[in-house]
Amino acid sequence: MTSEPALAADWSGGKSPYAVSHLKLGMWLFIVGDAFTFAALFVGYGYLRLGHPEWPRPFDTGSILQASLMTFFLLSSSATMAVAVAKARKGDASAAVQHMVLTVIGGLLFLIVHALEWRHLIQQGASLFSNPWGVPLFTGCFFTITGMHMAHVASGLVVLLVIATKLKHQHATADHVEVAGLYWHFVDLVWMFIFPLIYLLSMRTR
Amino acid sequence: MSETHAEHEAPRSFIRRYIFSMDHKVIGIQYLLAMLLLAVVGLALTVVMRWHLGIRTVLRPETYLSLMTMHASLMFVVVTVTPTSAFGNYFLPLQVGARDMAFPFLNMLSFWVALAAGLVLLSSLIVGAPISGWTAYPPLSAVGGVAGPGLGLGQTLWLVAVALLCVSSMMGALNFIATTLNLRTRGMSMMRLPVSVWGWLTAAVTGLLVFPVLSAGGIMLLLDRLGKTSFFVPSGLYLGGEVLPHQGGSPLLWQHLFWFFGHPEVYIVIVPSMCMVTHIMANFARRPIFGYRYLVLSLFGFVTLGGVVWGHHMFVSGMSPYSGLAFSILTLFVSIPAAIFAISWLMTLWGARIQFRPPMLYCLGFVSLFISGGVGGLFNAQSSLDIYLHDTYWVVGHLHLLFAMAAIFSVFAAIHFWFPKMFGRMMNDTLGTIHFWFTLVGAYIIFLTMHYMGFLGHPRRYAEISQFDFLKPAASAHTLISVVALITAGAQILFLFNFFWSLFAGRKAATNPWNSTSLEWTLPNPVPFSNFERDIPVVHRWAYDFELPGGAQDYEMQTAPGPSMDGQTGKGVPTEKST
Repeated sequence: MTSEPALAADWSGGKSPYAVSHLKLGMWLFIVGDAFTFAALFVGYGYLRLGHPEWPRPFDTGSILQASLMTFFLLSSSATMAVAVAKARKGDASAAVQHMVLTVIGGLLFLIVHALEWRHLIQQGASLFSNPWGVPLFTGCFFTITGMHMAHVASGLVVLLVIATKLKHQHATADHVEVAGLYWHFVDLVWMFIFPLIYLLSMRTR
Repeated sequence: MSETHAEHEAPRSFIRRYIFSMDHKVIGIQYLLAMLLLAVVGLALTVVMRWHLGIRTVLRPETYLSLMTMHASLMFVVVTVTPTSAFGNYFLPLQVGARDMAFPFLNMLSFWVALAAGLVLLSSLIVGAPISGWTAYPPLSAVGGVAGPGLGLGQTLWLVAVALLCVSSMMGALNFIATTLNLRTRGMSMMRLPVSVWGWLTAAVTGLLVFPVLSAGGIMLLLDRLGKTSFFVPSGLYLGGEVLPHQGGSPLLWQHLFWFFGHPEVYIVIVPSMCMVTHIMANFARRPIFGYRYLVLSLFGFVTLGGVVWGHHMFVSGMSPYSGLAFSILTLFVSIPAAIFAISWLMTLWGARIQFRPPMLYCLGFVSLFISGGVGGLFNAQSSLDIYLHDTYWVVGHLHLLFAMAAIFSVFAAIHFWFPKMFGRMMNDTLGTIHFWFTLVGAYIIFLTMHYMGFLGHPRRYAEISQFDFLKPAASAHTLISVVALITAGAQILFLFNFFWSLFAGRKAATNPWNSTSLEWTLPNPVPFSNFERDIPVVHRWAYDFELPGGAQDYEMQTAPGPSMDGQTGKGVPTEKST
């Protein structure tokens, strides 16, 4: 319960009104901005897709299962990340590092399966500007949006590895772990839009 | 709240101190000088174009279009970056009472990325600048050199510059918001912030939300150019004797993404300009700002409305008339927050004993240009009128009067006002006054004439009009504009001379030469590395306690204890009417 004078005191200067570090506030702001990047890409995708009644729906059950497996890896890595943050807050650095390593493994598995999927599609003749299933923009949108997301996952892995190493040598704090976690969960959240909007909506129907 | 700056002590080497500096004050000056350079180039392009249009035909049409694109793009960068990234960088931490920005390293990075953006933009001028205008409308901007001169490498470089600017602006925006929220000194509640800080904060919030959209659009356009996707290129486009392979894209999608950024972008420029002007004006009117709370509220209005009016740039795109009506009405709502500001300025000035020093002159010029230009906006905002006016010089006149000139006047005001704190010397008042009158009169003659040419139906972006009978009456108007533009551009030499001469030979400035109230004026010249030598002062009042009855001085610094006519406790209006 926040009483009125307490609220005023929070905002009256000399302290952070949300009681957060610069780093955490900065990450939240970055997430807001980056969400707009993905939002614009999704809007573009929707705009173009609505302009084409014959939008291809090439994904069979196997592709969807594969994408579900990717989703599973990514969501599991979010879960281990949440544990890592909790452990780091409790001061259990080694357990936190362990869970961060698990997170990195989850992210790597996601990337590997994703790359295999890309390779499979490319082998079938898909490229940025053409594909065997119809409207060329289908793969244009697919590779652009999933590629942007992959780049985010990959950079997230780098961040996680750096923070985990620093935590191991006691150069990082629980706050750093939490901020890295924020980013990781955000990247995960973006995938939770990609999965239905791009995969499930492009499922083959009879 | 001093932990950020404690991490980096004052660096000793020249390079760390003045080149790769993390000190917000140095970065602010770096921004200012870099933007001054870009502005001079942009102005030089104007001189060539006006020579061509009104005095003697010297350019090929495609060269004219290249110069026009580059003039717009450079000036766009200048007015976007200068109010917030130059002055905000220098004065936001000082005015909120912080030792530096929340992220000094990010701040440094943001400047160097912005500089890279500027240099890449200039390099596109060297390899052959694009002819697609600052809006880079596809499909011509999306298909490469086959579409016209400068649309190959030049357009690609242009897009890279835009992408870099997006990244730099993101970093800046993040930093400004975090600093304003987290690093205010004790007593500096949000409603005691100088209005200028509110302006920089608003610009940062807006930038954080819309620059990512431009970068998404930019990525898609780059992919269209380099990866042969067709996001913005329709099927069956016939160019250079062949049908292009692109299929199924929509040029309108770019317009939506671009203007979803592009309209709020106008507020990223003009809102901090308005707020700096408000802050400076109170100082020289020696009056408390009228309706501080309403100004803050109307800033929220600007941000919100800014996000839902982008369609008014697209009335001629063939949109549904119902959409046009909706965008028209929403756009007309913008006049409410704008009018709140205008009323506040006029009420602040009402009956005041105005000190007509150069910073104040530029502020008054700003108000004049803002209101005159804003009245034009009421015409553009209505789709029925805009369909006629949209592709004419009316729009050129409107945007320059309201957006370009007003923003530049706020920058002039800010430079003259804060020069003593930034460089420890005063600028010359006489030169400033002469420069002000030349620029103001010049701006009105040039851009009001352009409004008139728009009514004649003179299309914009035409390099040559001699073949069109109906534009015969416009030829003399072109000559008039060109002569006045050359004189006005020449008058800018007065400003540049004043600036650089005063840097070295100006009169030494006192700590608080304008009898001002906000925290930066408590600091000695030059401002020490960590800003506040000992403890950061506690703030007891808002920044506009002017016109105090009795006593030797008519103002109180924000650090002075005692009761105040505060934004928090009082009504923000003087207790005694001086009418």
